[in-house]
Amino acid sequence: MALLSKKDTKLITDPLADNNPITIQVLGICSALAITAELKASLVMGVAVLFVLGVGNVVISLMRNIIPSKIRIIVQLIVVASLVIIVDQVLKAYAYELSKTLAVFVGLIITNCIIMGRFEAFALANGPWKSFLDGIGNALGYAVILLIVGFFRELLGSGTLFGIPVLGDPIEKTGLYATGYENNGFMLMPPMALIVVGLIIWVQRSRNKALIED
Amino acid sequence: MSNKTDSNSYTIIFAIIMVVIVGSLLAFTASSLKPTIKENERMEKQQNILYAMGVNENEEGSITFISTDKVADVFAEKITEQIVIEVKDGKIIKEMNREEFMAANNKKEPYLIDIKKQQTRAKNGKSRFLPLFKGEQEGKTVYVAPIRGKGLWDAIWGYVALDTDMVVRGAFFDHAGETPGLGANIKQRYFMDDFYGEKLLTDAGVFKGITVAKGNNDPLNKDKDDHEVDALAGATITGDGVAAMIKKDLKLYLPYFQKLKNKN
Repeated sequence: MALLSKKDTKLITDPLADNNPITIQVLGICSALAITAELKASLVMGVAVLFVLGVGNVVISLMRNIIPSKIRIIVQLIVVASLVIIVDQVLKAYAYELSKTLAVFVGLIITNCIIMGRFEAFALANGPWKSFLDGIGNALGYAVILLIVGFFRELLGSGTLFGIPVLGDPIEKTGLYATGYENNGFMLMPPMALIVVGLIIWVQRSRNKALIED
Repeated sequence: MSNKTDSNSYTIIFAIIMVVIVGSLLAFTASSLKPTIKENERMEKQQNILYAMGVNENEEGSITFISTDKVADVFAEKITEQIVIEVKDGKIIKEMNREEFMAANNKKEPYLIDIKKQQTRAKNGKSRFLPLFKGEQEGKTVYVAPIRGKGLWDAIWGYVALDTDMVVRGAFFDHAGETPGLGANIKQRYFMDDFYGEKLLTDAGVFKGITVAKGNNDPLNKDKDDHEVDALAGATITGDGVAAMIKKDLKLYLPYFQKLKNKN
């Protein structure tokens, strides 16, 4: 028996492309714009959301039959908020440098619509294992877009990847800079992240016409 | 969903139990991680102070601190003296060394003095404590002073190393939330390095500070007597914030440095 049934595999692979939370559902845009100026921050944010959404979906799914419907949203918020606080504290304790670059954004996972969206739409109606896969899938879909945007912004904006210079030295004018290339400071501003996300959406929809809505 | 979960009493009991469980879980996490977090913050301060003094592992273009496993030993070795000056209205009330300060303040290390709290104290008309770290750089005595101010979005802070003539012998700046690529570049080495050799005092001994200036026709910052360093493109307010905190916080140390000079 395979570890994942066909349906289970779909739960993970669907959000990666054809049902991507950022480009198709247009959720979680705010954090995608805010933190993607550096690839490293994108990666850690992706991992943090992976943890919060994976665990959160399982917790909500386990409680789905005992949650009073009147305070459903509050319960969901409490679950996200406590998971986020745990992530924040763990980062501060074991990845101090990174926790400083991410600073307020880890806290902002609470406002990430993908998480509340998955709790409402999936975990409240499905079993823990399925919810876990759904959470992982959606978080990975989110992380993929973050990494793509982070890649272009860091490369074109700072000339580095993961903080390592790849285009040469902008001050000594070596490598690509010798030809007159300059870092594009615009890439580091949030509006350019929106444009990059827009380009990704464009590419994705022109490749798969089924995604285009009338 | 059954009707049972819709009743008011169920809802309230559920909420109470949930809060208790979540509360204790978070309290447990926070208290078990607290020592590690405090330790990280402590090491960061030591690293920053040493960085300003020029004790670091910089390679070309990058900022690299003394590694965390060595920092406590190096700090103990390089910082020969920790001084705390109590000032009020620009006058020195009292000078303490590390032992005296720790005895008077629950064994708190001078480098852990919270500048923000001290600034509030001064604003309320009370005396404030100014920490100063004495060390050696290329055979000369340098003093490292912490500074703190406002950037465009959030707090900025730093450490400045000064020799006895109040000439900058190194600087370190950090920020909580300046714009990446613009104001956040105060954390870049090329900006910090420009401060080396700049004078805080005029030839007459009056405190002038350092301005982060646009278009000072000195992009390589060769003229160290002009009290100006080259500004960061697109970060006017952050740059002004740096200039303001240098002026405001380092001026407080002026009486102490004057006294040092008169002694020699």
